[in-house]
Amino acid sequence: MTGRRHRGGGPYPDRLITYEEEPVRSMLGDKRAIAVFIGPALIVYTLVMIVPLIWSAGYTFFDGSVIGGFNFTGLDNYKQLLGDDAFWASTWFTVKYGIAVTVGQVGFGLLLALLYTFYLKRASALVRTLVFFPVVLPTVAVAAMFTKLFAVAPQPGLINSIASVLGMSGDRDWFGDSGSAFIVLVVMDVWRSMGFYAVLLYAGLVDIPDDIIEGARLDGARGWRLVRHIILPMLTPILLSSVIFSINGTLKVFDSIMALTGGGPGDTTSPLTLYMYKTAFSFGDYGYGSTIAMQLTLLSLLVTLVIFRFSRKDQTR
Amino acid sequence: MSTPTAVRHAHETAPVTPTLRHRPKNRLGRQLRRMPLRAAVALLLLIEIYPLVWLILSSLKQEDEFSLKPVWALPEGFDWANYSEAWTTGHMSTYLRNSLLATVPSLAAIIVFGVAAGFALQVMVWRGRGAVLLVFLAGVMVPLQMVLLPLFTIYFKAQLINSLWSLIITYTAFGLPLTVFLMAGYFRAIPPEVLEASFLDGAGIFRTFAVVVLPMVRNAILTIALVQFFFIWNDLLLSLTFISDDNLRTVQTGLLNFVGQYGQRQWGPTFASICLTVVPTLLLYLALNQKVMKGLTAGSVKG
Repeated sequence: MTGRRHRGGGPYPDRLITYEEEPVRSMLGDKRAIAVFIGPALIVYTLVMIVPLIWSAGYTFFDGSVIGGFNFTGLDNYKQLLGDDAFWASTWFTVKYGIAVTVGQVGFGLLLALLYTFYLKRASALVRTLVFFPVVLPTVAVAAMFTKLFAVAPQPGLINSIASVLGMSGDRDWFGDSGSAFIVLVVMDVWRSMGFYAVLLYAGLVDIPDDIIEGARLDGARGWRLVRHIILPMLTPILLSSVIFSINGTLKVFDSIMALTGGGPGDTTSPLTLYMYKTAFSFGDYGYGSTIAMQLTLLSLLVTLVIFRFSRKDQTR
Repeated sequence: MSTPTAVRHAHETAPVTPTLRHRPKNRLGRQLRRMPLRAAVALLLLIEIYPLVWLILSSLKQEDEFSLKPVWALPEGFDWANYSEAWTTGHMSTYLRNSLLATVPSLAAIIVFGVAAGFALQVMVWRGRGAVLLVFLAGVMVPLQMVLLPLFTIYFKAQLINSLWSLIITYTAFGLPLTVFLMAGYFRAIPPEVLEASFLDGAGIFRTFAVVVLPMVRNAILTIALVQFFFIWNDLLLSLTFISDDNLRTVQTGLLNFVGQYGQRQWGPTFASICLTVVPTLLLYLALNQKVMKGLTAGSVKG
């Protein structure tokens, strides 16, 4: 089909299509048809997303749970939050983890994308497919596999076995202290998803017109200088969406940590999501749980806005 | 088809950077210069693939092989007993059935509701559609945790806790924002002339939607369905929260439970049950690999 296409980005409300001709207009303005098309989605979405969202904000002023009943406590939950060391520790862990994994995912993704585009070229399809593999695997299965890879007891796993062959200590208990548990977590989540970011960034690289790169090469830009001054600036929009996508996902990390360390040892690898989950379901405090969830939502929003601001500044400079 | 996927494809097959490198004069020199890079690619593939190979090989080992031999040794024989152990004692058959029972209906609902809503929001003309689209868009940002507790309350009161319905309803609602948003994008690519022609032929709006519009976005629907499938199939948080009855657990919670119970002592069945959850998704991905890649790259370039 080679008909006229509507160009431009995603479906932004200010750029919706308008139709000039009257019969088409009335057909597309049929109220009953519109209700049939949008009704079911809107009803499900409102009842299961929007109403609970407002409800959850309401919970932050209460104590208790659905099983034990609720008490109105005003701003007590927010006051409790300020003096709660476990909350601040979880927040710090969430931020630390978010930054480490985002840098890893997007950084390695970018390296892979450069590898696909400039070295493997057309032979990259197979490598892309293989590196994408872990992206589709269930987190619990990946975590179970990493538990075995880094195991020390009852038998040493693959990593400890390789370490002892290389002459290093082969009995390291990777999940025994928070530092090494954190490393395993980051390694796992970077391993899992760098293939995804590689494909996203690869798509962006392929779209850079050849003559721009050729021109830069004729001007003497090579290697790192070519990447720094020509490729990165042209890749900025996709790089930016990748970072936003990645940090939003990693700040909300739950599955990986629940399945790999369960927040341990102690609570040293417990992000906000896990702290919220335990508060609500182990200690039966929905009000405080919702208050923590609210902070997580605000944190994601804040980080996204900061990245947007930062990128604007960078471009005008 | 003039869907964005087709457009992307044209880019992908175009030669990327034909004269990027100056060719060294002799072949040997070129081969030598490429050696470090080849080694890097080999290492990369080793890191990505070997853990999976190790996983599958280990699932075929007998218990004493784990303690007596190094972990990278090949299995002595194919010990399928691990799989029957995982399938029956480990309840993997039940978990797989439950996952299917929860995934298929929610996937169907997401596609039917989401595609129709995307059509109403992008193609049909009415006041307030921009605002409604924004409301759907905001849903992409909301963390699950923010609505988890009210949903638990509602399902608890409606006696839907420990029922797959709680999962189906929640998966459907959470799949909608992304589906509506992406479909609205794909519908932009449909030329108005196509609709006009269909109306002039006397087809009503529903007939036009079903017979003319839907076939044009078939690939887009497949891509979205696949992405949503992986989201739903791999969900842990919701199934952990709403299901505690062992007979209703999905694959993810079931596996978590299984690893917790047997993971330390019985490596063989544990590896086998991990394989049972990994292999189906891998096969599905391999079968539809081309479509996933194209869909992904199309989406990113548009954004």
